[in-house]
Amino acid sequence: MDLTIQHFIALAPLLITSITIVVVMLGIAWRRNHSQSFLLTVAGLNLALLSIYPALKVAPLVVTPLLQIDSFACLYMGIILVSTLACVTLAHAYLGEGKAGYPGNREELYLLILMAAAGGLVLVAAQHLASLFIGLELLSVPVYGLVAYAFFNKRSLEGGIKYMVLSAAGSAFLLFGMALLYAESGSLGFSEIGKAIAATGMPSPIASLGLGMMLVGLGFKLSLVPFHLWTPDVYEGAPAPVAAFLATASKVAVFGVLVRLFQISPAATSGVLSDVMSVIAVASILVGNLLALTQNNLKRLLGYSSIAHFGYLMIAMVASKGMAVEAINVYLVTYVLTSLGAFGVVTLMSSPYSGRDADAMFEYRGLFWRRPYLTAVLTVMMLSLAGIPLTTGFIGKFYIIATGVEAHLWWLTGSLVVGSAIGVFYYLRVMVTLYLQDSKIQRHDAPFNWAQRAGGVMLLGITLLAFFLGVYPQPLLTLVGHAGL
Amino acid sequence: MILPWLILIPFIGGLLCWQGERFGPTLPRWIALLTMSLETILGLWVWSTGTFTYAPAPGADPTWALEFKLQWIQRFGISVHLALDGLSLLMILLTGLLGILSVLCSWKEIQRNVGFFHLNLMWILGGVVGVFLAIDLFMFFFFWEMMLVPMYFLIALWGHSSADGKKTRIYAATKFFIFTQASGLIMLVAILGLVLVHFNQTGVITFGYADLLKTKLSHGTEYILMLGFFIAFAVKLPIVPLHSWLPDAHAQAPTAGSVDLAGILLKTAAYGLLRFALPLFPNASAEFAPIAMVLGLIGIFYGAFLAFAQTDIKRLIAFSSVSHMGFVLIGIYSGSQQALQGVVVQMLAHGLSAAALFILSGQLYERLHTRDMREMGGLWSKIAYLPAISLFFAAASLGLPGTGNFVGEFLILIGSFVSAPWITAIATSGLVFGSVYSLIMIHRAYFGPAKSDAVYKGMDGRELIMVLGLAVLLILLGVYPQPILDTSSATMHGVQQWLGTAFTQLASAR
Repeated sequence: MDLTIQHFIALAPLLITSITIVVVMLGIAWRRNHSQSFLLTVAGLNLALLSIYPALKVAPLVVTPLLQIDSFACLYMGIILVSTLACVTLAHAYLGEGKAGYPGNREELYLLILMAAAGGLVLVAAQHLASLFIGLELLSVPVYGLVAYAFFNKRSLEGGIKYMVLSAAGSAFLLFGMALLYAESGSLGFSEIGKAIAATGMPSPIASLGLGMMLVGLGFKLSLVPFHLWTPDVYEGAPAPVAAFLATASKVAVFGVLVRLFQISPAATSGVLSDVMSVIAVASILVGNLLALTQNNLKRLLGYSSIAHFGYLMIAMVASKGMAVEAINVYLVTYVLTSLGAFGVVTLMSSPYSGRDADAMFEYRGLFWRRPYLTAVLTVMMLSLAGIPLTTGFIGKFYIIATGVEAHLWWLTGSLVVGSAIGVFYYLRVMVTLYLQDSKIQRHDAPFNWAQRAGGVMLLGITLLAFFLGVYPQPLLTLVGHAGL
Repeated sequence: MILPWLILIPFIGGLLCWQGERFGPTLPRWIALLTMSLETILGLWVWSTGTFTYAPAPGADPTWALEFKLQWIQRFGISVHLALDGLSLLMILLTGLLGILSVLCSWKEIQRNVGFFHLNLMWILGGVVGVFLAIDLFMFFFFWEMMLVPMYFLIALWGHSSADGKKTRIYAATKFFIFTQASGLIMLVAILGLVLVHFNQTGVITFGYADLLKTKLSHGTEYILMLGFFIAFAVKLPIVPLHSWLPDAHAQAPTAGSVDLAGILLKTAAYGLLRFALPLFPNASAEFAPIAMVLGLIGIFYGAFLAFAQTDIKRLIAFSSVSHMGFVLIGIYSGSQQALQGVVVQMLAHGLSAAALFILSGQLYERLHTRDMREMGGLWSKIAYLPAISLFFAAASLGLPGTGNFVGEFLILIGSFVSAPWITAIATSGLVFGSVYSLIMIHRAYFGPAKSDAVYKGMDGRELIMVLGLAVLLILLGVYPQPILDTSSATMHGVQQWLGTAFTQLASAR
C-alpha cells in the first residue's frame, strides 16, 4: 500500500513524538543539560499535540492494516499527550535544578517517558493484534526503567522489578490469547476477528478463552482485580511523576485499545466473557475501595482508588451499547485530570527530590495552614475522585450511572453506589487531614514559590479546568461527542 | 433574574468572607451578616410583590410565581431551571433568617479561621437555597450533594468532640457525609431511571420537572423509583431507622452548624417529598402512604423516648427533631389540605424553635463548657434571662398553644384524622412524651441542687436579640399564621390534588 501525504498527516502525532525521541537522545549525547532536554521534550510534545488537529481533518483513515486514525484515536492521543506533558512538567520540578534534587542522570527520564508515550499513541490507534502488542510493549518496557528510576531507593527498585515481572507475565497471557484467537479466526485484524466470531453466533470456547486471556493481559496493565497486586507497591515505589504517568497515560492507552477491540468485535463481549467482566468490575470496585480504607500512604491510596475507578469504567464496558463509549471517554478525561492533579500535589510536595517522596499522610497534616492554595488543589481533586458536584468527577460518575441504568445493569450500578459510599470515607479522611492542626514533624514541603514554576502553573490550570468542567461540562461533552467509534 | 441572584448572593458573599479575613477577623462576620440580610430582604421583597396563587398542580403545566431558565448541558437536556412558588419562598425566608442567626450565634464561639468558617457557612446556605429553587432534577441533585461538603467542613473543623473522646467530630462529620452521599446516589439512580423511561416514551432526553411529570410509569417502575427518592429524603429528614447520623452530627457540630442542620437541612427533605416524590409518583406514594405514616409514628415515639434518655443537651434536642419530623411525615402522606398546610407551619415553627434551642444550648456551653446535663442543675438563678427563655422554647417545642408549633401539630393531626384515624390517635399521644422530654430538659438543666457556686455572665444584647426575635416570630406564627397559610395554600392544594386523586383511584381499585 502506498503512503500518501494524507497518511503522514494522519500519523503526524506519532511521527513527531518519535522524532522528538531521537532529537532528545542526540541532544543528551551532545551535551548533558537538564533544561535543554526538558525544553526539547516539551516542544516536541506540544508540536505533536498541535498536529492532532490536521490529523483530525484527514480522519478517519486507515494507515496500513495496523493502524486506524479516527476521531476516537485522536481524542485518546490528545489525552495521552496532555498527560505526558503534565508528567514531564512535574518531572522537571521533581528532578530539581543544580545541586539540589535528583543526584543521578536526569535527562534519560524524558527519553523514557517519550518512548512510553509513543507506545501509547500506537496503542490507541491499533486495529490489529500485532500493533496492539507492539504498542503495549513500547509502552511498558520504558516504564520499567521509569519506575526504577530512583534505583538507589530500595522501594523504587523493588517496584520496578515487580512491575517488570508481572508485566511480562501479563504479556505472556496476552500473546497466548492472541495465538488462540488467531487459531480460531485465522486473522489478527480486530474487525476480521469480530466477523469470524460473529459468524459462529456465540464465541467458541477457544475464542472465549483467547479473549479471556487477552483480558487478563490487559487487566494486568489496568490493575483490575484480581490482577491488581502490583499496583500499590509500584505506585508507592515509583517516583511521583512516574506514578502520575502510570496512572494516567499508561492506563488510558490500554483502556483505549480495549474499548476499540470490544467495540469493533462486539460479539466478543457476549456470553461468558460478559459475566467475567461484570465480576471483574464488581471485584475491582469493592476490593479497590475497601483496601484503600486503611492506607496511610497517599500514593498507595491513590493506587487503590485507581483500581476502583477502573472498576467503574468496566461497568460502561459491560454495557458496551448506547452511551457506553461516550461515558468511557468522559470518565477517562475526568479521571486523568483528577489523577494528574492529585499526583501533581504529591510531586510538588516531594520536589525537589530528596530521598523519599512526601507520600505519608502525616506529612499532609495541616497543609492548609502552610500552603493554602496547594491544599485547595488537593481538596478539589479528592472531591472530584469522590464524585461530588462542582467537580469533573461528578460528571464522569453521572455518565457511568446513566450508562448502567440505561443498560439495566442493576447489580453493577448498585456496586458503584456502595463503592462510592466507601470511597467517600477515605477521600474525606485525606481531605480533613489537610485542615487539621499543624503537626510539628515535617520533612517535606513544597517550595514556597511552587505556584510560579511550570509545574505549579500547570497544576493550578488543571484545578481550574476540573472545577470549570464540573460546573459547565458542555464543552467537554461536545468534544467527546465527536469522538465515538 | 432575581432567582439566580438568590443563589449567587451567598456564594459570592462566602468568597468575600474568605478573602475578607486578610483585614481582620471581624470583617468576615459583617460581610456574612450583610449577605444573609440581603438574602432575607430580597426574599421579603419577593413575598410582598409576588402572586402565590401560581403553583404546580396536576393536569396542566406547572405555573410559578417566578421562573428562570437557561441552557446548561444540552447533551442531556439539562437547564438551569429555577422556579419559585409559595412553598419555596417560605423555605428561603427561613433559610435567610436562620442564616443571619447562625452568623450571629458564632460571633463569639468561632475564633479560629473566621473567614474560612463563613465561606463554608455561606456555601451551605447557598446550596440549600439552590435545592429550594431548582426544578431541573439534575440541578436539584447537584445542589443536594454540593451542600454536603461545606457542612462536612463545618462539623469536622469547628465541631466539638464528645467529652469522653469516643466520638470525634470527624467521625460525626464523616458519618453524616456518607449517609447522605450514599442515599443521594440512590436518588440519582432513580432520577436517571425516570429520565430514561421518559426518553423511551418520547424520544426527548430531559431533566425538566414539567416534562417528567407527564411520564407514564408502570406500577412496578413507579414504586421502585419512588422508593429511590424516598430513601434519600428519609435519610435527610430523618426517618427511623436511617437517622443514626443525626444525633452525632448535631452533638458534634458548632452551634451554627446545628442551627443550619436542624433548621433548614432537615427541611430540604420534607420539601423534596412535597415537590418531587409526591407529584412525580402520586400512585406509588398513595400506596406507600400507610407505611410512611407508620414510619412517622415510629419516629415520633422513638425520638421522644431517646430524647428523654439523653444526658447531652444537644443530643436531646436532636432526638426531639426526629420526633417532630415524624409529625411532618404523617402530615405529608395524609393527603389532606389541612394537614399539608400544617406541615408547612410545623416546618417553619420547628425551624425557629429548634434553632433557638440550639442557640441557647450553645450559649450555655460558652458559659459552662459542658453540654452534659448531669453537670448542670440549679442554674435558674445563676444566669440572667437564659433559663426563662429556654423554658419558653421548651414549651414551644412541646406544642403549647400560642406558639407556631401548636398550630402546625394541630393542623397536621386534625387533617390526618379523616384519612387515618388510628395513626393520628396514636400520634397524638406522642405529644405527651413531647412534654415529658421538653420539661425534663428544663428540669435537669435549670432546677434541682446547684452543682457549683459559680455565677455566670448574663446574656448580652446580641444573645438576647437573637432569641427574643425568634420568640416573637414563633408567637406571631402561633397567633396569626394566616399570611403563611395563604402563601403556601396554592402549592399545597396542588400536592393534595395529586395525592387525593391517587388515593381515590387506589380506593376504587381495591
